[in-house]
Amino acid sequence: MRFCAYCEGVKLTESEETIIGTSVPRKEGRDKVTGAARYVDDIRLPGMLYGATVRSKIARGKIKRISFSPEIDWNEYVIATAKDVPGKNCIALILDDQPCLVDGVINHPEEPVVLIAHPDKHALAKAVEGVVIESDPLPAIYSMEGSEKQSEIIWGTDNIFKSFLIEKGDVDRVWAEADFIVEGEYFTGAQEHLYIENNGMIAVFDSVAGVTVWGSLQCPFYVHKALMALCGLPEEKIRVVQLETGGAFGGKEEYPSMIAGHASILAMKSGRPVKIVYDRLEDMVATTKRHPSRTRHRTALRKDGKILGGEIDFTIDGGAYATLSSVVLSRGTIHAGGPYLWPSVRIRSKAVATNTPPHGAFRGFGAPQSLFAMERHMDRIAKIVGLSPVEIRRRNFLQPGQTTTTEQVIREPINLSDLLDKSLAHASYKAKKENFARENKTSSIKKGMGIAAFLHGAGFTGSGERYLDSVVGMEGTADGSVRILVSSTEFGQGTNTVLCQIAAEALGIPYESVTIAQADTTIVPNSGPTVASRTAMIVGNLVRSAAIGLKQTLQLDGTLKKTFKPAEFGAACRKYVAEKGLLRSLARYNSPEGVYWDDVTYKGEAYAAYAWAVYVAEVSVDLTTYAAKVENFVALQEIGKVLHPVLAEGQIIGGIAQAIGLALYEKVLWQNGRMLNGQMTNYIMPASCDLPPIRVVFEEIGNPHGAYGAKGIGELPMDGPAPAILNAIVDALGVPFDSIPLLPEDILEAITRRVQSRQQITSPQESPC
Amino acid sequence: MLNPRLPDGTRLEISLTVNGAARTIHAYPMTRLLDVLREELNLTGTKEGCGEGECGSCSILMDGFLVNSCLIPALQANGTSIVTIEGLANDNRLHPLQKAFLECGAAQCGICTPGMILAALHLLDKIPQPSLDEIREGLSGNLCRCTGYFQIFEAVAKLSRNGVAD
Ligand code: FES
Ligand code: FES
Repeated sequence: MRFCAYCEGVKLTESEETIIGTSVPRKEGRDKVTGAARYVDDIRLPGMLYGATVRSKIARGKIKRISFSPEIDWNEYVIATAKDVPGKNCIALILDDQPCLVDGVINHPEEPVVLIAHPDKHALAKAVEGVVIESDPLPAIYSMEGSEKQSEIIWGTDNIFKSFLIEKGDVDRVWAEADFIVEGEYFTGAQEHLYIENNGMIAVFDSVAGVTVWGSLQCPFYVHKALMALCGLPEEKIRVVQLETGGAFGGKEEYPSMIAGHASILAMKSGRPVKIVYDRLEDMVATTKRHPSRTRHRTALRKDGKILGGEIDFTIDGGAYATLSSVVLSRGTIHAGGPYLWPSVRIRSKAVATNTPPHGAFRGFGAPQSLFAMERHMDRIAKIVGLSPVEIRRRNFLQPGQTTTTEQVIREPINLSDLLDKSLAHASYKAKKENFARENKTSSIKKGMGIAAFLHGAGFTGSGERYLDSVVGMEGTADGSVRILVSSTEFGQGTNTVLCQIAAEALGIPYESVTIAQADTTIVPNSGPTVASRTAMIVGNLVRSAAIGLKQTLQLDGTLKKTFKPAEFGAACRKYVAEKGLLRSLARYNSPEGVYWDDVTYKGEAYAAYAWAVYVAEVSVDLTTYAAKVENFVALQEIGKVLHPVLAEGQIIGGIAQAIGLALYEKVLWQNGRMLNGQMTNYIMPASCDLPPIRVVFEEIGNPHGAYGAKGIGELPMDGPAPAILNAIVDALGVPFDSIPLLPEDILEAITRRVQSRQQITSPQESPC
Repeated sequence: MLNPRLPDGTRLEISLTVNGAARTIHAYPMTRLLDVLREELNLTGTKEGCGEGECGSCSILMDGFLVNSCLIPALQANGTSIVTIEGLANDNRLHPLQKAFLECGAAQCGICTPGMILAALHLLDKIPQPSLDEIREGLSGNLCRCTGYFQIFEAVAKLSRNGVAD
């Protein structure tokens, strides 16, 4: 029995000839399989208090009074409110609009208002109930439409956090020339990350050393920046250390700063270590989720299916505060045109405010939302133009030399038609489509096939990498091994392993001789956040440069010969450190030559590299239960050089599983800005029985800007499955579905509605799929 | 969550065998076994993902049965024999299942891994050569958000091909 393409031939011993491209054992894997790995909740410090958060409960209003139940002996507790914030009461990120503790005005129902701490964690739940917040409610806004109407201004002057406009060519001229004009409107829902380890932080305060926090997080320097402002302490008096992190997916990018802030405030007030670990309910309802979105397309086409131009309007719900919405919006906007040639296009986008907890980073970062719309829209176009979903894509694919919507020239020799053909062959697309067309006529189980073609830009958008100015360090140690110093964090994706592989390869030493330092802001330089599929590609390349620097230091010094055996390298390190002390090399990001980006017009090289993919879903819908099931899945992608086959395959399969959840299972139920189903019993993620066989195929073209030709990989698999699955369901049922998640009740409702409207039909015009 | 904050006098003596060693602890009867393991016995390899019996991160073996330790009151563990993830590796040598998890990429972030390995162990104990469907079924109480499960299935299958060492 074989389920994975790469597991055979994995060696756990001895380094290989080349380390890149082999599946070496995960660096921290042994600790993970033995239970020795230490996550935040596994750590207890002497004298430690446990902290809890009292939240606003109402969506919008003004606090009148906070009172404390007389039934509780509050002397046992440490209590903190906004007035205990030592520095600036905000979570410093892009804009400083989000308070760490509410000071008067409530903007969503899960805002932290009061913090309490106690030595016994079981004494917290009752105390949280014993804090009563009285407030005067204000009218609140719960939807993007409500926000656009501006009946209430809840943020800034117009409820808009950020908007973008991309214009290419003259789109106003295309409508007159068009043979077809196709319109569509598409929606995606909020999605909870549901990492299995809930968020948590431990803070310690010392009047000399300052504040130290340990916790579950993605971006140590984001937390560091937030704590400096909040605690009013200088850089060197804040230390942030990442512990083993049990999944993140973007969900531990910005919210950890909030929890770290709360733990720090309590630690500073009490003088004792404070641990705050959320339970599942609190984590689900209060922390960030994927931005809900609405995309409108209006596309002009020629008879032959060629796109002449179009307008795309992309809107996301940012929740109550700006957080990262502008950046999520940016990525979603740039990806909105998919992997197609738009001779002219106008893309307008905006992130709007509502009185819900802020939505945040989630694997894919806006791209899964706008690409869902694009790929559903392609199938709608195909139907109206009278071409197959395959042919419409083939005729419009971007080709080398052509430009994207931001007028970035495609320089790599990508052949999307070829990727499409290969993925269709892997999926037996043609034969299955024919069979299903025949079988569906008589079966109550309807089957269908769906495609999604897409791209994902790796690294920060536009000038982002230049602003980040990442630095990577590397040390030769007294025992002859090499240690990588980066702020890039491991949370399952394989950061530790892949960066050690790159260093070992660059130095010509065994993988076992390279270690990676714990992400501790007092030890590692700022190599940027661990987001945007940038770690292997961009940080990886810097690790390679730092390794070359280290080698050159030893060679120039004469300690190491030009050509050497691995053992000689170790000996040279030992000698150098013994005789001269610190052996360290640093590498700093240099933006590649000829890269042009204009932040004002949103034109230019949006990303240093794109990964490309064509996914094919085979779906069945049982008309007795209305449940849609993915029966088979083919994921073919070009991600540059595959550095570690097992990890890469794990990223792809894991991402597809999460995206199947996004498409078919995971529905956040909202009431007055609150999530109602914040438990694993009522918010359903895919379990082991829910996933189809997934065939993962890699094409490798390579990327001159990435370490050993790597591109980003982590987010790509989140983009394609939902539209491929919905396209397959539409293929199976002949009913258009343009909204995710699509649960059985949604399918039932649409079919019922269709039957009813057929019965009272006035126009023979079928609604196009 | 159960609230075990009861007057001190109600702490009970509970004796159990954990990973082969006899242990006696004093706990409130309704304290969760999960907390006993993690806080009294310092066996933090058993994880909490949901606290309500859904995720399986807290899975352990109790008298050979796979149970969610977040749902078991300490009192119920009196007189039982328990295996946690810490009981698998022998003298620093990984259990073959742990090795298979490592080789197949079955542990990504690792938070579900201890529970998943115990569920897999339990499955292989009942069905030494499970089919793919039996593996899916046997692990259906354990959620993993990272892997999409297939590399975990592969690790279990690998072991059934090679035979479990003990
Ligand atoms: S913690 Fe026990 S099942 Fe989730
Ligand atoms: S490996 Fe992260 S939840 Fe399973």
